Amino acid sequence: MAEIRIEHLRKAFGDFVAVQDSNFVVEDGEFFVMLGPSGCGKTTTLRMIAGLELPTGGKILLGGEDVTMRRARERDIAFVFQLFALYPHMNVRKNIGFPLLAQGMPGAEIRSRVEETAKLLRIDHLLNKSVSGLAGGDRQRVALGRAIVRRPKCFLMDEPLGTLDTEFRDLMVHELRELHNRIHATTVYVTHDQMEAMSMADKIAVMNHGVIEQFGTPREIYDRPATMFVADFIGSPPMNFLGFGGGLSKGAREIVVQGAKVAVPEVREDVAPAEMALGIRPEHIRFDDASKLRGAIYGTEYLGTTQIVAVETADGIIKARVPAEIRLNPGDHVGLALSSARLSLFAKGSGRAVRTEIHESASQGRAHHG
Amino acid sequence: MSLTSAHSVVAPSATSKRVAGTIIVAYALISIVPLLWIFATSFKTPPDSIAYPPKILFQPSVEGYCNLFTTRTRQTPEYINSLGPATGLCDETVRKRNMVIAGPSNFMPRFVNSLIIAFGSTFCAVFLGTLSAYGFSRFKVPLADDLLFFILSTRMMPPIAVAIPIYLMYRELGLSDTALGMILLYTAVNVSLAVWLLKGFIDEIPREYEEAAMIDGYTRLQAFWRTVLPQATTGIAATAIFCLIFAWNEYAFAALLTSGTAQTAPPFIPTIIGEGGQDWPAVAAGTTIFLVPILVFTILLRKQLLRGITFGAVRK
Repeated sequence: MAEIRIEHLRKAFGDFVAVQDSNFVVEDGEFFVMLGPSGCGKTTTLRMIAGLELPTGGKILLGGEDVTMRRARERDIAFVFQLFALYPHMNVRKNIGFPLLAQGMPGAEIRSRVEETAKLLRIDHLLNKSVSGLAGGDRQRVALGRAIVRRPKCFLMDEPLGTLDTEFRDLMVHELRELHNRIHATTVYVTHDQMEAMSMADKIAVMNHGVIEQFGTPREIYDRPATMFVADFIGSPPMNFLGFGGGLSKGAREIVVQGAKVAVPEVREDVAPAEMALGIRPEHIRFDDASKLRGAIYGTEYLGTTQIVAVETADGIIKARVPAEIRLNPGDHVGLALSSARLSLFAKGSGRAVRTEIHESASQGRAHHG
Repeated sequence: MSLTSAHSVVAPSATSKRVAGTIIVAYALISIVPLLWIFATSFKTPPDSIAYPPKILFQPSVEGYCNLFTTRTRQTPEYINSLGPATGLCDETVRKRNMVIAGPSNFMPRFVNSLIIAFGSTFCAVFLGTLSAYGFSRFKVPLADDLLFFILSTRMMPPIAVAIPIYLMYRELGLSDTALGMILLYTAVNVSLAVWLLKGFIDEIPREYEEAAMIDGYTRLQAFWRTVLPQATTGIAATAIFCLIFAWNEYAFAALLTSGTAQTAPPFIPTIIGEGGQDWPAVAAGTTIFLVPILVFTILLRKQLLRGITFGAVRK
C-alpha cells in the first residue's frame, strides 16, 4: 500500500481544461472520495492516476515515486470500472485470476490466491459460473476480486456502484467500507453521489469545473463548506442562502438579513462591502414566532421522522427540516430562528466562505471517520 | 425488450406473416432453381443435357464428373476391347463413348489454387483489417475520417477499371500468374471492406476491457489479443465470409492475370466447354463442386453472417 501525492496536476483536451492545478494527498490506507457533478474532471483525474490518460502538466507520486509518465501496467494499481469490465468470455475464476496470469504466476498459486480472494468477498460458490449470468452485486464483487487479488499499491474506483439498483447499492456501500476496514488499502473512489461519499470516505475532494473546491473530512465539508458550490452540492436538501449587503469587520457577531438581526459565528477577517450570502442548513432552522425573520409556508414534504418545509421569504424560498409532528398549512406566516453557531457566511462574487469562529474549531471535526 | 418490439409498434398480424412467408418462399424457389438445374445437369449424360424439351426425369450418370476430372483420348472399339475389363466406374463410362482415360485433368490443381488464393487472401485481409480497424477505433489517428474515406473509395469503381494497369505492373514485378500475386490483389480489394466492417464491431466493444487488462499488467497487444479479439469473433467471422465469397467468386482479374500454374477455378471451368464438344455435364459438375466449400463455410458461420448482414440495424 502506498500514499498518493498529486501536485499541480493539469489536463487539457484541446481548448477544454478538464482538470486545473489539482493538489491533494491520499494518505496510506485512506479511503479517498472525489465527488462532483458529471464533467467536473474527477474521472479524468482518476484516469491520470491510473495511467490511462497522460497529464498535460503536474506530477503524480505513488509511494514517493514519480509515476507521472509511467505506463498503466508499470504502476501496480488496480482499477474498478463503472461497467465492471468483466470479460464475458471467461468465467468468474478466470476473471479474478487474470491479473495474476500477467505476472506469470504458477497455476497452483493463482488457484489458491483466487480462492482466498473469493472467500473474502463471499463469492467462492460462484467461481465456475459464467460472469454473464451474475446479478449486479455479484458482478461488482467479481470486479473487486480482480482488483484485490493482486494486492496492488492502491485501488481506483470509477463510480463502481453507479449501475446498481438502490437495494444493492446500499449493501455494497456497507460492504466496500467493511472491506476497506479489513484490508486498509489506499483507495481513490469517484462518485457523483454525496450519500456514497459521506458514508464511506475518510477524506473527500469536491470538484467542479476541473477545480478542487474543497478537500477535507466528510464532517468538515458538511459543517464548513469552503465555497457556495460545495454548500449547495452537499446536503439534501442543500444549504439555504439568504442574501445580505454591506461589509463585515473582524470581530462582528451579528448581521442584518431582511431587516432582522441574526447572530452569527464571530467573523475573523475584514470583508469590503459587497453582496454577501448567509448559509443555513435546513436542520438549523426552527419556527419561532418571536423571530423578526419571517416567511409564509409554501409547501411541505413529509418524510416520516422529519418534514421538509418550503418557506417563501422576501429573498426566495428556503427549506427547513423540522420534526414531523408540527402541523403547518400553506400560507401560514412563521418566524424563522436560526442556530447561530452553525451558520456560514459567503462572499457572493467569489463564492468563498468568510473565515469565522467555526473554522477554528476544526479539530473537532478531524476525528477519524468510519 | 425483444428485438421485434423494439422496431415495430405492433406485432405483425397473422395475415401479414403469411404474406411475408409466401413472398420469401417464392423468392427462395426462384433463386434456387438455377442451382438445382446445374446440380441436375451435372448428373446427366451429354445428350440428355441438351435434349429438347429439357428432361426433368433422366437416368443419372457420373459421366460429367468423370469428364471433369480426367482427360481422355478417342480409340477404336477393337483397341478398347483388347484392354481387358474396366478398372473403375469412370473407365467403364468413358469406354461406352469409345474413349480411354489418358490422365487427370487440370481441375483439381485449379480448385486447389482457388482454395489457397481465396483462404490466403481472406486471412490476410481479415488480419490487416482487424488491426487497422482497432487502430482507427481506439487511437487518435490524424485525418482518420479522410483515411477511412480513402480506404472506402478504393471500392467505388469496378475493380476491372484498374485491370490493365495492374496487369502491366504485375508483368514487371513477376507477379503474373502467381498465387502470391492473386493473394495480394484480393487482399487489397478486401481490406477496405474488412476495415469498415470490423471498425463497427470493435467500436461496440467497450474500451474498458483493454484498459482493465493494461492496468492488470498486460501490454496493449496482449490486451488486444486476450480481451478484444475473443469478443470480436462474431464480427471477424462475418467479415471473413464476405471476403471469402468475393475472393472465391472473382472472375475478371483471375481470367486476366492467371493462365497457367496459378489459375483459379472460375476462369478454368468455362474452358471445359471447348474440349471435345459442348460438355455441359462436366461444366455443371465443376460448378457444383466449386459451390461446396463456400456452402460449407457459410453454413458453419451462418449465425455470424446473419449478424454481419443486419449489422447496424440491430442495436442493444
